Amino acid sequence: MAHQSDLIAEDIAAYLKTQEQKQILRFITCGSVDDGKSTLIGRLLWDSKMVFEDQLAALEVDSKKVGTQGEEIDYALLLDGLQAEREQGITIDVAYRYFSTDKRKFIVADTPGHEQYTRNMVTGASTAEVAIILIDARKGVLTQSRRHSYLTSLVGIRKIVLAINKMDLVDYAEDRYQEIIAEYKEFAAELGFEEICCIPISALKGDNIIKASERTPWYQGPTLMHHLEHVEITDNALSKPFRMRVQWVNRPNLDFRGFSGTIASGIVKPGDTVVVPSSGQTSKVARIVTMDGDLEEAVAGQAITITLEDEIDISRGDMLCCPEKRPSFADQFEAHVVWMHEDALLPGRSYLIKAGSATAPAQVSALKHKVNVNTLQREPGKTLELNEVGICNISLTKPISFDPYQENRSTGNFILIDRFTNATVGAGMIDFALRRATNIHWQSIDINKQSRAEMNDQQPKVLWFTGLSGAGKSTIANLVEKKLHSLGKRTYLLDGDNVRHGLNRDLGFTDADRVENIRRIAETARLFVDAGMIVLTSFISPFKSERRLARELLEEGEFVEIFVNTPLEICEVRDPKGLYKKARAGELPNFTGIDSDYEPPENPEIEVEAGTRSADDIAEEIVAKII
Amino acid sequence: MKIEMTHLRQLEAESIHIIREVAAEFENPVMLYSIGKDSAVMLHLAKKAFYPSKIPFPLMHVDTTWKFREMIEFREKMRKEYDFDLLVYTNQEGASQGINPFDHGSALYTDIMKTEGLKQGLDKYKFDAAFGGARRDEEKSRAKERIFSFRSENHRWDPKSQRPELWNLYNAKVKPGESIRSFPLSNWTELDIWQYIYLEEIPIVPLYYAKVRPVVERDGMLILIDDDRIKLAPGEEAQMKSVRFRTLGCYPLTAAVESDAATLPEIIQEMLLTRTSERQGRLIDHDSAGSMEKKKQEGYF
Repeated sequence: MAHQSDLIAEDIAAYLKTQEQKQILRFITCGSVDDGKSTLIGRLLWDSKMVFEDQLAALEVDSKKVGTQGEEIDYALLLDGLQAEREQGITIDVAYRYFSTDKRKFIVADTPGHEQYTRNMVTGASTAEVAIILIDARKGVLTQSRRHSYLTSLVGIRKIVLAINKMDLVDYAEDRYQEIIAEYKEFAAELGFEEICCIPISALKGDNIIKASERTPWYQGPTLMHHLEHVEITDNALSKPFRMRVQWVNRPNLDFRGFSGTIASGIVKPGDTVVVPSSGQTSKVARIVTMDGDLEEAVAGQAITITLEDEIDISRGDMLCCPEKRPSFADQFEAHVVWMHEDALLPGRSYLIKAGSATAPAQVSALKHKVNVNTLQREPGKTLELNEVGICNISLTKPISFDPYQENRSTGNFILIDRFTNATVGAGMIDFALRRATNIHWQSIDINKQSRAEMNDQQPKVLWFTGLSGAGKSTIANLVEKKLHSLGKRTYLLDGDNVRHGLNRDLGFTDADRVENIRRIAETARLFVDAGMIVLTSFISPFKSERRLARELLEEGEFVEIFVNTPLEICEVRDPKGLYKKARAGELPNFTGIDSDYEPPENPEIEVEAGTRSADDIAEEIVAKII
Repeated sequence: MKIEMTHLRQLEAESIHIIREVAAEFENPVMLYSIGKDSAVMLHLAKKAFYPSKIPFPLMHVDTTWKFREMIEFREKMRKEYDFDLLVYTNQEGASQGINPFDHGSALYTDIMKTEGLKQGLDKYKFDAAFGGARRDEEKSRAKERIFSFRSENHRWDPKSQRPELWNLYNAKVKPGESIRSFPLSNWTELDIWQYIYLEEIPIVPLYYAKVRPVVERDGMLILIDDDRIKLAPGEEAQMKSVRFRTLGCYPLTAAVESDAATLPEIIQEMLLTRTSERQGRLIDHDSAGSMEKKKQEGYF
């Protein structure tokens, strides 16, 4: 290994002492498919002697079998982990590599370069401090190079190494090298990098990787390894205001109540005043507790437990902060979102947001525009597809503490989780809080829902009918409304006729529009409930997540989901509006039950079999259950 | 102002963050305790993560009945020293059928006593998260492993359906029956582990230190004669050699290396000057190309 071998052999204790002072540098390598990225990392591992003899033996065998370098060793094979990838000859996921020198320990995020894997690059770059952008000297700055640079800048990396690779194939020509640098710097000017270090290399031949190459006498700068060992890690998290999200409340007994978490930024000392934005309460730090003894001071990156002088209400997800420079505390913000899943982002759909240790239901209230990652141009869009980047307004069901990502990388990030599949579907970087959220407080008015409900002498609620087209929803809902009316109840029926033609006439039938359609209906229903009414809604409402959204807008017991369960075959025979016929003929795309899914409710409050019984019977049954 | 954390302190803090995250997000987590050096570090970090509270989840050891005797002694010692709840699980069906590494081969034996035993243990207590001490630098297919690795209801790992992990945000959402395997030591290397053990004076099984021990040479590997269940074939003979182990598992499947390194600095010195990787001593990896990847898909750690 590239360590001080003499010292290791002669005085291991002295060697270990020197090793305790090392730091970690995390970097990412970005390049297109054939830029030689895997070869470069393989070379770094090789030259820092991180390759063992047994691995070398395996490498020699593999190089002959599947290598692309003829009789020479194919360094890339050191890296490609999964069998399927090795056979396809491409890397398809983020992999992490480790090597160390006497100066630093390095963690390399190795990510693929193809078009469709923006997701992986953003993932790998999220923890990196430096990015190596690889350019093939023969090809110059490609579309992919621009994309990689934009994404690098998006996730807040400020230090770039521009590695002009394959210099051996352009005869180590300085003018070619200069030409590429000039082109790159012009394009990168708007990306806000602090430092771009350009190095001419050949990963395959080893030029300027560890040792300065004799074949580039015109180049006076550092070798790649030297630069990686000495580049200043610009993590200025220490100079930022104190922030710590509480992960876990530490209560071993009644006398000890500590708040455990990792310091996101700044410094904390006993005696410092801290504030909890969710309650506005303040207290002073009593102790900083660790198993190795109490600390006089703790800094960004440390995992600690804090006790306070006063008993204030704090739980997981709360943030302890410096009171002079508080974070934003809001339930709406604008953010850059990178979409990471095959199922597109649908504005209005309810997702879970995880920001630090805080988790809350959230929805994208507006997709303002998309960013074309190749041209950096703004583009309009209604949904975000896999690997697309969009600027979104996001609204949460409760406020959380955060900072703009460009000001604080640790407290301005989040992920979005699909509430049914639990997949991580998006990643976001907060731009700023939307002040609307803090300024438009709910006006507390003296006349409230309860007083209206009492005046109406009824329990306001929503009867949410769901089922296939032709299941009988509207027929039954109409009958239920008539019966309620004759009992003296104040009701209102929302259905396709009065909603699609007015409030929602701008919406079509794509998945995104269906989600928005239901969201507006749910919000409207909520206003009617607030007004003390019994609301009946009659819509196919095929997706569980939107029905759940409607449920969550209301209080416990106010949402009655009624599943009108009629087999598809019967609906198709009934076909009251001739829609199934059209859909079967291919004239009506996205028709539920034909080429768009219906997700049946799992636990509806009421389920009625409407294939065989009379609508009047069913309506009687529903009225009996709800009154 | 410049107070930078050293690499070991940074790794330590990041691992504690992961361990706390699992404890806070899951209802019923468990820490898989293999008794080896990585487990020793993981246990130490768990103790630090929750201090002054006790570790708020149990540890589970999947006992194949073929572990080195000194490992079991060490386990009992640690249980007292670190004050944790310990569950020991053995695949009783396999044990009563007498499944062993000598007669049934390493592949079948590992499948039944380790992989199957692990799955049974996890199912029995309905754990929704299990910590493992695996590191990404151990083997190529591990380099892409997530810190929160998603497992289906039948414990399968599907490399294509793993969740992206950004920053230090880990998605802990699972449906009933599904689970997460969490690897807090993902970013540690073998050298980091040894340096940390040295720095923190963490106790490890004495088998890691060189000592004269009875061994037999078999297929080019030195196997410890740990008890009388190992039968010497004609031509084989027991020899006394100064040996130690770079990795610990089931004694018939774990090769010793000849060594005189009897202290931690000597072990680290030997490791830095050596030219073979630690998994070389694990017979399970040699079965076929991509064998670790296949085993992981089946539910092995």
